[in-house]
Amino acid sequence: MKKFEKRVIPVLTIAGDKLVKTIKFRKPNYIGDPVNAVKIFNEKMVDEIILLDITASQEKRVPNYAKIEEICSEAFMPFAYGGGIQSLQQVDLLFQAGIEKVVLNSILNSNLNLVKEIGEKYGAQSVVASIDIKKNVFGKNYAYSHSGMRKIKEPVEVYFNKILNAGVGEIMLNSIDRDGTFQGYDLALIQKYSTLSKVPLIACGGAMGVNSFTLAIQNGASAVAAGSLFVYRGEQKGIMINYPSQEELVEKVFKKL
Amino acid sequence: MVTIIDYGAGNIKSIRNMLKRIGVPSTITSEKQAVQDAEKIILPGVGHFDYGMRQLKQSGLIEVLNQKVLEEKTPLLGICLGAQMLGNKSEEGSENGLGWINMDIIKFKIEQMPPTCKIPNMGWNKISKSKTALQNKNKGVDLFQHLEEDARFYFVHSYHMLPLDTEVTLATANYGYEYAAAVQQGNIYGVQFHPEKSHFFGMRLLENFAGL
Repeated sequence: MKKFEKRVIPVLTIAGDKLVKTIKFRKPNYIGDPVNAVKIFNEKMVDEIILLDITASQEKRVPNYAKIEEICSEAFMPFAYGGGIQSLQQVDLLFQAGIEKVVLNSILNSNLNLVKEIGEKYGAQSVVASIDIKKNVFGKNYAYSHSGMRKIKEPVEVYFNKILNAGVGEIMLNSIDRDGTFQGYDLALIQKYSTLSKVPLIACGGAMGVNSFTLAIQNGASAVAAGSLFVYRGEQKGIMINYPSQEELVEKVFKKL
Repeated sequence: MVTIIDYGAGNIKSIRNMLKRIGVPSTITSEKQAVQDAEKIILPGVGHFDYGMRQLKQSGLIEVLNQKVLEEKTPLLGICLGAQMLGNKSEEGSENGLGWINMDIIKFKIEQMPPTCKIPNMGWNKISKSKTALQNKNKGVDLFQHLEEDARFYFVHSYHMLPLDTEVTLATANYGYEYAAAVQQGNIYGVQFHPEKSHFFGMRLLENFAGL
């Protein structure tokens, strides 16, 4: 029995009120109704859920509070929301809707002070920084905001440390190149940044099965997240909400750590 | 009826959602009279210790809570920061706690933990029931009734409870080392984890509390 079980987190990406799934942050494919998906994940007793509105910042939309509240009423597990968050006032409304963590991404590049403001009111553990990484043609990593649309000029290490020092409780590191590809996590990326991070690092992007989780955790991830893996089944990518049983995770992941 | 105290620092909505799911009537209040009439009280809380204590002071409810809990012996359950505030003081801040349970709140001792244990402790963990919990079971006042070895709870915290009276420890968890995950002194209970975010294990615990 492993003493410290790691979290296995479904990431639900929505565009407005529709559940969608992308490949490399492009080609959003309609999956269904997020409320229904959360109900199923609830029955499967998932460790946590991260809900991301991936078009909110681009379209300059505020979070859809009513929808989030509806989704949360079915969520008896930790629930994080990200997408379009720009102010403490919005965060207040999100907490009132029933979430307990906010995921910040695009705002980190323009107003890092928001991290501190949220931390003082709700505690650092309630702030997740999401950093999206993409390689250029020479294989060099760059961070991106606005759902992969805007490149951050600073080197990733500098950007990462700046965000870490702002007082976030967790960092979610997402590989844009691996998103929806079922190629496995970018282990080199996970290893590098989990070493630099004092706070838990959530690995995301590319998971192809429970074996991917083991590798990510062995390379330093404190938690593993996946989108496509939990909404598709099989090579034809038929839509089927799924999640490994606790027994399977213990046997195939936690016992191997 | 369970009365959830709303003092502006806590995720009360999810507690209410879960109570609703298990069919336990609840009310959310920041009114003295409603607290006065309470049969069972939940003190939620997330965030900084000083922020929580200041908010609770500002709510003007401490006096009525003292009377309910210390004199009338109304069962109270503190959750997360709400549990920590039951103690004397916290290394997180300078405000005094409620002082109902003889414990201090301290920061995780990082030097005693393997580097893979990052702070905050954020995740699911099993708990071990203490002698006190077993004695309670015999007395029929068991917060952990029907919660067996497979029970897992969701934790998220950087500070933990350090009982100065070992008998108040109701259960421990292990994150780098053993620490108090649940405490009890008479009618006053505190859990470091979030039952409202712990699927049916949490539902069972809240059911047990409602039935005390």
